[in-house]
Amino acid sequence: MIRTPLRPLARILSARDKGENPDRIERDNIRVRHEEMQGRARQRAEGRLLVLSVFFLVAFSAVGLRMGSISVSVPQEPRSGGVGDNILAQRADITDRNGNILATNIATYSLYAHPQQMIDPVGAAIRLAEIFPELDGEQLNRHFTGARKFVWVRQKLSPEQRQAVHEIGEPGLLFGPREMRLYPNGALAAHVMGGASFGREGVNSAEVIGVAGVENTFDEMLRDPINNGAPLALSLDMTVQAVAEEVLSGGMQLMNAKGAAGVLMDVHTGEVISLVSLPDFDPNERPHVLTEGDQADSPLFNRAVQGVYELGSTYKLFALAQAMDEGLINPDTMIDTQGPLKWGRFSIRDFHNYGPQLSATEVLVKSSNIGTARIAQMIGAERQKEFLASLGLTVPTPVEMLEASGSRPLLPPNWSELSTMTISYGHGISASPMHLAAAYASVVNGGTRIVPTLLRQDAPQNGPRVVSEEVSRISRDMLRQVVTRGTASFGEVEGYEVGGKTGSADKPRPQGGYYDDKVISTFASIFPASDPQYVLIVTLDEPSIEGLGETRRTAGWTAVPVAAELTRRVAPLLGLRPQIETLPLTAVTLTSN
Amino acid sequence: MMRSIMFLMTGLVVMGLAFWAYRENYRTQEVSRDIKSLQLEIAEARGALAILNAEWAYLNRPDRLRELAELNFDSLGLLPLTGAHYVRVDQLAWPSMPTIFDQIDNPVEVMGVIIEAQAIGGSE
Repeated sequence: MIRTPLRPLARILSARDKGENPDRIERDNIRVRHEEMQGRARQRAEGRLLVLSVFFLVAFSAVGLRMGSISVSVPQEPRSGGVGDNILAQRADITDRNGNILATNIATYSLYAHPQQMIDPVGAAIRLAEIFPELDGEQLNRHFTGARKFVWVRQKLSPEQRQAVHEIGEPGLLFGPREMRLYPNGALAAHVMGGASFGREGVNSAEVIGVAGVENTFDEMLRDPINNGAPLALSLDMTVQAVAEEVLSGGMQLMNAKGAAGVLMDVHTGEVISLVSLPDFDPNERPHVLTEGDQADSPLFNRAVQGVYELGSTYKLFALAQAMDEGLINPDTMIDTQGPLKWGRFSIRDFHNYGPQLSATEVLVKSSNIGTARIAQMIGAERQKEFLASLGLTVPTPVEMLEASGSRPLLPPNWSELSTMTISYGHGISASPMHLAAAYASVVNGGTRIVPTLLRQDAPQNGPRVVSEEVSRISRDMLRQVVTRGTASFGEVEGYEVGGKTGSADKPRPQGGYYDDKVISTFASIFPASDPQYVLIVTLDEPSIEGLGETRRTAGWTAVPVAAELTRRVAPLLGLRPQIETLPLTAVTLTSN
Repeated sequence: MMRSIMFLMTGLVVMGLAFWAYRENYRTQEVSRDIKSLQLEIAEARGALAILNAEWAYLNRPDRLRELAELNFDSLGLLPLTGAHYVRVDQLAWPSMPTIFDQIDNPVEVMGVIIEAQAIGGSE
């Protein structure tokens, strides 16, 4: 760069000659130089502004384009995030305690029609009626040829049926995917399962909702995605349940009963191992509710949970246990059994006349109504009520089924002294076999309250104390004696030390009073009696059998043999080892002569 | 001089990064396509598994097994489990040990075998 001097000598000298101020030349030159510098600076600044504006233009247009593209594009889930775990199962499986499947889902299709797309609606209606005999061809024809734009034809199709519909070749017949609830074991544990049906339906999917049983109670939980399809483990044992159903159904036929119920419960955890109610049904094809007659005759009716019956002499144990717990009697206390026991217009009789006196143990073993009524008189109404309440016999059982909440025990409206006496031997109070199982479990397990449950448990319940340990032990011993030398002598099962109490109650007539020839016979049993693990309740509805030349209806002849057979079959399956009696060794006698 | 080298380097770095980003972008897209197809595969496998589980449960339903056990009673001889199937350990028979008399089938050998056996017994 050529530097222009601020004071060029030539001009200074000539200016001096002319007498001008040479400083002006310098100032002039400085001004020119500054002008040049300003011009350059402006140029550079303008260049920078241009670059900057281009940069901003590009940046803003990029943002604008992105915003535009986002606003016009369809929203999309990020694909890589979240593994699609349960794309299929919208409802969790139900398993038994060992993980065997009791309820699961399979994918199937529903069939619907768009009549406006149909080529031959009349022919399609006829062909469909041929494939599905239960469909009404006439009605389909009306729907297909009428003004409707959408017709549901069927909710579920088997693959064969779907193929058959495909073969009609009608473009107006369309399939929607469906998830269907399947109970692979058929009628097994039907009453516990309940059943499921479709709730809100759309073309592409449908809600599966539980209509009864555990399907209904745990509906929310089974459908909750947060559980990630974890199966619901019930306390039932599938094998035991199958055997129980087989034996009870055989027993029901043998005893000419019209219904049977069985509850097998773990006495420490309250787990229901098996719950049977016969007749039963197939939850895959849940029958309709009866529109006439008694709902209690419907196969849908769960006799073990919903049926509240007078359970007869099985209640005697509670009177004795309470009296012993309160120290009113001991097993050897003599009780007045002179009959009949008159109370106002009412008189209490025994099945046989047992003489003037029996010990408390004998009252239970021989099942004396009079003796139990006398014991109940010692206890009194108020405390009896409290005790039965502490066993859970006055409120619906909390077992996890929709049906259980509706089965409220029938209590006397006025708990008089007479009621106290009849209730002590199980008349004038009704409860379900499930109530009885829980109450027996509470008394014999060492005396702590048991609440029945259908969910698998890992630990004993350790509920509040109902009776003392000692009373529990004596009660077990008494129950054992009922089997070894009392009314339940048919209940003996070799090796399993069955103890139990029979109960036969006349059925009440709908119009009042009792039938003479219809009974509910019940056997409440525990095994093994010395250290009870399970309590088994077997109830037969209207049994009668010919035995020793007369018609027998009492539990000792009907429910007891069925329960014994059931115990014989079920106890080994539960892993109980029979107690093999060892013969005493030949004793060596010391003699000296 | 230094400045222009810096500019050049920066330019190269920017181009390199742009190339890297381009490749990463396409790789990501490829991986997410893979994941999508894998998820479909998983869903299909789950569906198949559910069907197979249902089928297994259906084929193993107690009613069917009971019928099969009854049909094949001749060959299998399956009976319901009862308490009689439990025994104590001391009730089990020991497996029978072969004795030297099981090995003797020819009377002529008798002497030799017995002597041999005594010799073995004696050496123990």
